[in-house]
Amino acid sequence: MANDYLKEHILLRHKDNPNIGDIDEYLSDGGYEGLKKALEEMQPAEVIEAVKASGLRGRGGAGFPTGVKWSFIPKGAKDVYIVVNADESEPGTFKDRELMEYNPHLVIEGAAIAAYAVGARTIYIYGRGEFKGPFVTLQKAVDQAYERGMLGKNIMGSDYSLDLHLHLGAGAYICGEETALLNSLEGYRGYPRSRPPFPAVEGLYAKPTVINNVETMANVPGIIRHGVEWYRQFGTEKSAGTKVFSLSGHVNRPGNYELPLGVPIRYLIEELGGGVPNGKRVKAVLPAGESSLMVPEDKLDTPMDYESMGAIGSMLGSASFIVMDETVDIVWAAEKMIHFFKHESCGKCSPCREGTYWLSNVYHRIRSGEGTMEDIELLPKIIEQMSGNTFCPLGEFATSPVKASLLHFRHEYEQYIKK
Amino acid sequence: MWSEAEQRELEEILKKYPTKRSALLPALYLAQREKNWLDDEDMEAVAEALDVPITDVHAVVGFYTLFRREPTGKHMIHVCTDLPCALRGAEEFYLRLTERLGLPPEGGTTEDGLFTLEAVPCLAACDKAPMCQIDLQYYENLTDETIDTVLAQLRAEAQQETKA
Ligand SMILES: Cc1cc2nc3c(=O)[nH]c(=O)nc-3n(C[C@H](O)[C@H](O)[C@H](O)COP(=O)(O)O)c2cc1C
Ligand code: SF4
Ligand code: FES
Repeated sequence: MANDYLKEHILLRHKDNPNIGDIDEYLSDGGYEGLKKALEEMQPAEVIEAVKASGLRGRGGAGFPTGVKWSFIPKGAKDVYIVVNADESEPGTFKDRELMEYNPHLVIEGAAIAAYAVGARTIYIYGRGEFKGPFVTLQKAVDQAYERGMLGKNIMGSDYSLDLHLHLGAGAYICGEETALLNSLEGYRGYPRSRPPFPAVEGLYAKPTVINNVETMANVPGIIRHGVEWYRQFGTEKSAGTKVFSLSGHVNRPGNYELPLGVPIRYLIEELGGGVPNGKRVKAVLPAGESSLMVPEDKLDTPMDYESMGAIGSMLGSASFIVMDETVDIVWAAEKMIHFFKHESCGKCSPCREGTYWLSNVYHRIRSGEGTMEDIELLPKIIEQMSGNTFCPLGEFATSPVKASLLHFRHEYEQYIKK
Repeated sequence: MWSEAEQRELEEILKKYPTKRSALLPALYLAQREKNWLDDEDMEAVAEALDVPITDVHAVVGFYTLFRREPTGKHMIHVCTDLPCALRGAEEFYLRLTERLGLPPEGGTTEDGLFTLEAVPCLAACDKAPMCQIDLQYYENLTDETIDTVLAQLRAEAQQETKA
């Protein structure tokens, strides 16, 4: 048993089979059977239909249905690209790195199936510059896949040829945003692009492009190999499949845990994470890294799926659960998060660039004991001017720590003024 | 400016992309490899090799944190002090390290020119805090003792090199 909700690991298969990173072990575990089946028994359109029917949703944050995204690629388009998003810079998120380092062939196989489905000849995996080390491991797996004919000319004896290249960014959170990523990959500053045109129409080098997260790709081989019904036994109607949950902060056993979607937050923190150290209570949890709205302790029975997390006023996103215990100074935590967004704002639009700058100043004043009640009033005014006015979602993300901490823990701000 | 080996590496890199410009970040890494930072000459060489305007090269270098425009220590130490790591004592770990290296709280380069220390945002290793990257290699679940051992080793290596 992987855990009470999952018999065997699917994505984190290396936890059951530590050598799965080697192609021979991967093959003897049924690896590349999904790709083989797609190539030999299915038309590209059938692959897209299967992924649509599986209910798989993007694991990079937005939760967009993957098969639907693939179907946006114009039929018969030439020079289609697959880009795998391995930027993984959201604080609290460390699942894609583990997948690439320990189960790399699952990611490669998934991307290859995606490429076949949309008629792409080239895959780029874009990793954050800090993944230089993990990319050495991943490159070894890619080389093995080329040697065995899973990549390159006429893959697996078919008439379909496919190349896969790794590309490293150079330190910039914004490059995880898909259009900024494309600019970065083309050798430009990582500024987001305006949409439309959407990447499916004009993406990399202005060609139709599918961009998916690493973990999204890792879900694909199982869907094709075992079928839609098998996949749908995991998770809920609208949030199908399993998901890797990155658990960090105040827990005894931080780490990545795979669960079907829909398991209560409490199980992740208390059972898998071993609870909060020293018998402390949970004060709040950030369910999708620093971009998400924190939820207080009384929400821990919420099922971890896209709908339920939305219903409690937050989101599932990349499922990076950061636990803060009762001793955490929420104003300190919010200031740290604002510092992050100020640092990572690309500077292209003023509501985000200026907004994060002003927020940071106000937090500094409050935290250094020089704040007034008016400063607390100022915070919602600043985020109001940012909301809906920023060029990309980062500016919106930057308002989350302020909004949620004021909503649930306003008294902690007031204590700073009274001190 | 490019050595023959670097020239060959650059040619290999260029094969991956339909445009030369896409090789800009990899080429800048190559140019930065030897001395850890980029001078005007390095950037001009990259601009020329890829047919990219020099002003664009400057703009790109300025945008990304992993390219440096000034001399640094021999080894770059990036300690993550972002929220998840901070909840597990990373800020204190970082501050103690600055003290032991004789650096101010904002970090910097040690007197012997061996280390440049920086506090950085999340490095996707939050479950293994305190952690750092030294020259982009991961060092995780650190204590003061384990990081000191690593640094002592790097110091010894540097001494060997100067003797040799
Ligand atoms: C500021 C910002 C940062 C993002 N960072 C990442 C990231 O690191 N990794 C990722 O997969 N998606 C990230 N995304 C989401 C991507 O834009 C995109 O939606 C995703 O890669 C699509 O893949 P999916 O459908 O498989 O989730 C980010 C979005 C924004 C706005
Ligand atoms: S919202 Fe922020 S990150 Fe996004 S484009 Fe504007 S300045 Fe850049
Ligand atoms: S917060 Fe430090 S590695 Fe993620």
